[in-house]
Amino acid sequence: MTGPGDQAPTGAGPDSDSDSDSTTGTPTTGTPSRGIPPRRTGPRGAGPRSIASRLMDNRWAGLAGLLVALLAPFVNATPYALSVMTSAAIFVMLAAGLNIVVGYCGLLDLGYVAFFAVGAYTSGVLSTRLGLPLVATLPAVLVVTVIAGLVIGAPTLRLRSDYLAIVTLGFGEIIRVTANNLDVTGGPSGIYGIPGLTGGPVSFYYVTVLIVALAVVGAARLGRSRLGRAWRFVREDEDAAEAMGVHTYKVKMAAYVAGAIWGGLAGVLFGAHLSAISPTSFTFLQSALVLMAVVLGGMGSIRGVVVGAVVISVLPELLRDLADYRYLAFGVLLIIVMLVRPQGLWPARSREAAQ
Amino acid sequence: MSQLVWNGLFVGSFYALVALGYSMVYGIIKLLNFAHGDLYMLGAFIGFAVLGAAGGVSAGMALPLLLFVLVLTMGVTGLAGVLLERVAYRRLRGAPRLSLLITAVGASFALEYGMRAASGADPRVYPVRLGGTSLEVFGARVTLQQLALVAVAVLLMIGLNLLVTRSREGRAMRAVALDPKAAALMGIDVDAVISRTFFLGSALAGAAGVMAGAHYGKIDFMMGFLIGLKAFTAAVIGGIGNIPGTMLGGLLLGLLESFGTFWLGGEWRDVFAFGVLILFLTVRPTGLLGERVTERV
Repeated sequence: MTGPGDQAPTGAGPDSDSDSDSTTGTPTTGTPSRGIPPRRTGPRGAGPRSIASRLMDNRWAGLAGLLVALLAPFVNATPYALSVMTSAAIFVMLAAGLNIVVGYCGLLDLGYVAFFAVGAYTSGVLSTRLGLPLVATLPAVLVVTVIAGLVIGAPTLRLRSDYLAIVTLGFGEIIRVTANNLDVTGGPSGIYGIPGLTGGPVSFYYVTVLIVALAVVGAARLGRSRLGRAWRFVREDEDAAEAMGVHTYKVKMAAYVAGAIWGGLAGVLFGAHLSAISPTSFTFLQSALVLMAVVLGGMGSIRGVVVGAVVISVLPELLRDLADYRYLAFGVLLIIVMLVRPQGLWPARSREAAQ
Repeated sequence: MSQLVWNGLFVGSFYALVALGYSMVYGIIKLLNFAHGDLYMLGAFIGFAVLGAAGGVSAGMALPLLLFVLVLTMGVTGLAGVLLERVAYRRLRGAPRLSLLITAVGASFALEYGMRAASGADPRVYPVRLGGTSLEVFGARVTLQQLALVAVAVLLMIGLNLLVTRSREGRAMRAVALDPKAAALMGIDVDAVISRTFFLGSALAGAAGVMAGAHYGKIDFMMGFLIGLKAFTAAVIGGIGNIPGTMLGGLLLGLLESFGTFWLGGEWRDVFAFGVLILFLTVRPTGLLGERVTERV
């Protein structure tokens, strides 16, 4: 559907070149070679690898995760549980998209929810005003989110990376305030009666899980492609990348637009899931939570990000009693992670760094 | 017309006060302190707590008392800023910029929701409300208290400018901003200078918070979010890292917003402000008075 695999021109061969293989095959890669000082944000710590990390690096971990997601409704299929699980899946897709921007390319986007909103509103407006089925709005959603990504990326991606962060923050506000003020978006009360994709909540859950799984795999493939290597080069050292002939502006733009597409499509799912959207769903808080998921799981590590997203979206449901303190805890956790374990709980094991 | 100008200058002086802290911190360690707007919020709440502890206030005493609270709040907020730097930012100074930015987002989050946990989600009503007598100046309605607040803001800015350009402390700050390593080699205690910079910037934000609380009458835990963004916009317009430029940028943003609101309607005010930000970043990213910044490799 999203066809992200097609965008990966080369380098993304069959599964055999996944990063897990190369690391499991070389158990001594933990110790950096002599003469090179160990880097602070290095992809891995020294010492033998624990059983847990070996288990997580297993190439079947992704499939196992998908299997868990597919079997979950058999364990608990109450409407509430299904709703929570569907939201979690959508959140995973958002995190996978933001991971392209923040994790792979190192661009801090603090208004990521804007693309989510653009996708949700575009499909919502078209489907309710013109009576189109949701699937028919997808081309328009793609076009609009890509345009949004280009419009906001074009002026800011040439600038220093920290300017980007705050401009995206402002952009997130612009989108929210605009949706709040325009008539076509329903103003503060938003849009009601967005048609669903399928009949019931169970089938919608399965459709969501499959789409999200495709999106996650697509993002991972993109990250391992030629373009993905360019992204990581830009993240590690933009000037060196430029000097080696990487067109950093184009490469950053590609990451930004890819992130926009992921976010926009997640927005369509979001609208279909809730059947109603309003500006209050698209606040900075939401952007920060997605960022939290990416940072907590490990920037650039798709498995970590998926786990982080599931944790961030399901944990509040389990900790309802601590509602007042949970965002405080998130903020503190964000600081602690950056201070103590900047690579995240489940860091990426990059092949380049391991050799 | 002159009412619009006055409103713009009034709001702009708040923006300038908050933007100064942004700009100083950026100038010295090249960090966008996302939590800066929340220090403004913290200042408003500290002022609220102190005023509440002081009990009832007679109308005639409101202004002197407010000035006293202002000074006290500036001290406390300044210390909070120093603490923030010490706990969250110092250890990451050599780390990739992304980590530092994310830490700042976390700090902002922690301050906002920490305040929410401490004082609740509902807005609080400030115990001192400055309203009262108004004058006509060139056709604009101006209250004495507004004048007093602007005067305080201007005094603070002049004081800061003198401190930075004339004093030994200020020279140390400028040296660290220019080149931290060379400054350290010349015997400057870089950590201490950075702490002092955080103190000054946070104190100014705290002062702006108290003034805003007294003027608007209501404070809540998210009040710093938007003003943080606006202050950054102001800093960019004037030239981030440049102190006179930042003051100019704050006033200019206030004016632009005032006129933008008049032309487009109040609901589009924030969109207009951020539109200006994006425009400036595209056309003149160094700001009006800023110098060309080259990224060091």
